[in-house]
Order: sequence, then C-alpha cells, then structure tokens
Amino acid sequence: MCTYLTEKIKIDGSGKGARGWFGLSEASVYVDHPVHAQFGHTVNIDFRNPGEGASARVAVELTEEAALALAEAIHSALAAAPPGLASATQRR
Amino acid sequence: MSDAMRAETITITGHGGERIEAYFAGPLAEQPHGGVVMIHHMPGFDEFSQEVVRKFAHHGYAAIAPNLHYREAPGASPDDAAAASRAAGGVPDDRLVGDVEAAANYLRGLPNANGKVGVIGHCSGGRQSFLAACSLPLDAAVDCYGAFVVKEPPATLPSSMKPILGLADQLSCPLLGLFGADDQYPAPDETAVLAAELDRLGKAYDFHTYEGAGHAFFNYDRPSYRPEAAVDGWRRIFEFYGRYLSA
Repeated sequence: MCTYLTEKIKIDGSGKGARGWFGLSEASVYVDHPVHAQFGHTVNIDFRNPGEGASARVAVELTEEAALALAEAIHSALAAAPPGLASATQRR
Repeated sequence: MSDAMRAETITITGHGGERIEAYFAGPLAEQPHGGVVMIHHMPGFDEFSQEVVRKFAHHGYAAIAPNLHYREAPGASPDDAAAASRAAGGVPDDRLVGDVEAAANYLRGLPNANGKVGVIGHCSGGRQSFLAACSLPLDAAVDCYGAFVVKEPPATLPSSMKPILGLADQLSCPLLGLFGADDQYPAPDETAVLAAELDRLGKAYDFHTYEGAGHAFFNYDRPSYRPEAAVDGWRRIFEFYGRYLSA
C-alpha cells in the first residue's frame, strides 16, 4: 500500500549522511514500502534538511517491532537522565 | 532487423512548461514503432523503473519514464527525491497528467513513431495510469495494482488522493488490469467495482487477478515478487500492447 500519510515534525540536531554530518531541521515518519529492507511494509523515518537539498537525508526502514522498541528506548534513556539535560534550551 | 537501441536520460518540457528529467529507451530501426509512457512507482525514478523502460525498447517500443519527483529534488538520488516528494505532499494529479502528456508527445514526435502511445504504471503509478488514460487521448493503458481508484483512502491522507472512479466514462482507450488476489490496496472487491463500472459504461478492459500474489508482484528485488504472476503479467502486457499499439 502506498499510504502517502506522512507525519512530519520540526526537529533540532544533527545527522550523518552520505556526505558527512549536517544539521537536521525536520523528520518524516510513515508506514509504506521500504526501498531496501526485505519486507512489504516498514516504518520509515527520514531525518532531513531540505535547505541543504534532497540528499541531506538520513533514512531508516524499521519493522513495527523495531520502531516501537526504538521509541521505548528513547523514552527510557531520557527518563534515566536529568530532565532538560538534552533539551534545546539546555545551558551550554 | 537491428535490435540496437538508444537509452539515456533526457530533458522534456513537462506540466506548466517546466523542464523535467526523463529516461528514454527506444529502437534505432527506422520502421514505425509504438510508444509507451512508464509511470514510475512511489519509490521513484529508480533502477527498476529504468529497466522496465529498456525492456519495452527491447520488445520494439519507444518508451519513456518522466521523473515525477524531479521538481522537488533535481539531481538527487531516486530514494532521496522520493522522500522529498513525499514530504512535500506527493505528486499532484494535474501535474502528473501534464507530465504524461508531455512524455506522450515526445514519443509521438520521434521520427520512427507510429503515432500510437500506451501508458503503464505500478502501485501509485497504477492509479496514475488510469488517471492519465481518463484525462488524455491514449491508445492502451495498463494498471498494475493501483489503489484508491475506487475506494476512499483513509481520511488522514492528503486531499489530492481522491478516488477517480467518476472519471471512468472518459477512459480513452482499452485498459489492462493486473492485480494480486492477496492485495488489500487494491483488494479484489475494489477491482470488481471498477470492472462493473467499465461494463456499465461499455468500456473495453481486461482484468486478471493472480492467486498467491499480493501487491508489487512484478518487483523482482522485493519479497513480494511472484515469478509466475510476473511472467504471465508480462506476456499479457506485450500481447495487449501488440494489439493496440501496432501501426
């Protein structure tokens, strides 16, 4: 199924793509056909910076289980750190 | 007869007078040939799509695939361009029709064209193939498992993705539909509704639904590949184009 449904969020951080590190400005999350993973459908996440062109992208294609485990791991890691430690408003 | 072909990336003037990239392959022989516009699937203007273009050339057709994601990502790799197009909301229907029209006109203008042009698309391109055949004067259309022709997509999808069954009375040419019995998008009941509507309108069509196959059964590098369905599907495609695209 070509779902077309795309969750798009603004993000702040960096990613490493084919040409090295670059700043990230948005992420797309969608369930659709993967390009590489050998499944019919996967949870696909694109970390992007459209301002630097379409190639400024870090992509992952995960199974449903992997994507949910990742989300849980993110919550666990943040819960184990002092609140605000990795916030955009943190003290530098 | 020579089997030499020309195959290369070219630039055509697409919808809105914008220059876009396209992949062309066609026989060099001077005798008249039919043409095929290949609408690439959502993953983009990728190697699979370009191989399909060359396959048509190998079988004696001039074929062209416009890069539907070119405007969002000129020069980017197909998967990056597809991601950029998706983030921008996908390919608008009117732009698709304009780009297919431009590609068809390019084929009709070739010195060895016979004037006949067909269209083919897989997955999202299947819906777009039907859309193009209902919007443009064409000679044969192939819809490989195109979804959302009949059924409303989930409400969360962009408003541009509307069912297009209402366009069926404008279908300008015979339609070959190749579907998988295990596919949910489109499910067999959906393609049955399309068949019933084409019957009602007296339109020429030929639908085949393969048992044991789901979506994307032509994609030989994906786990969805079903060789028996794909081989029979290709036979039917060439038989269909042979009937309607010969001089």
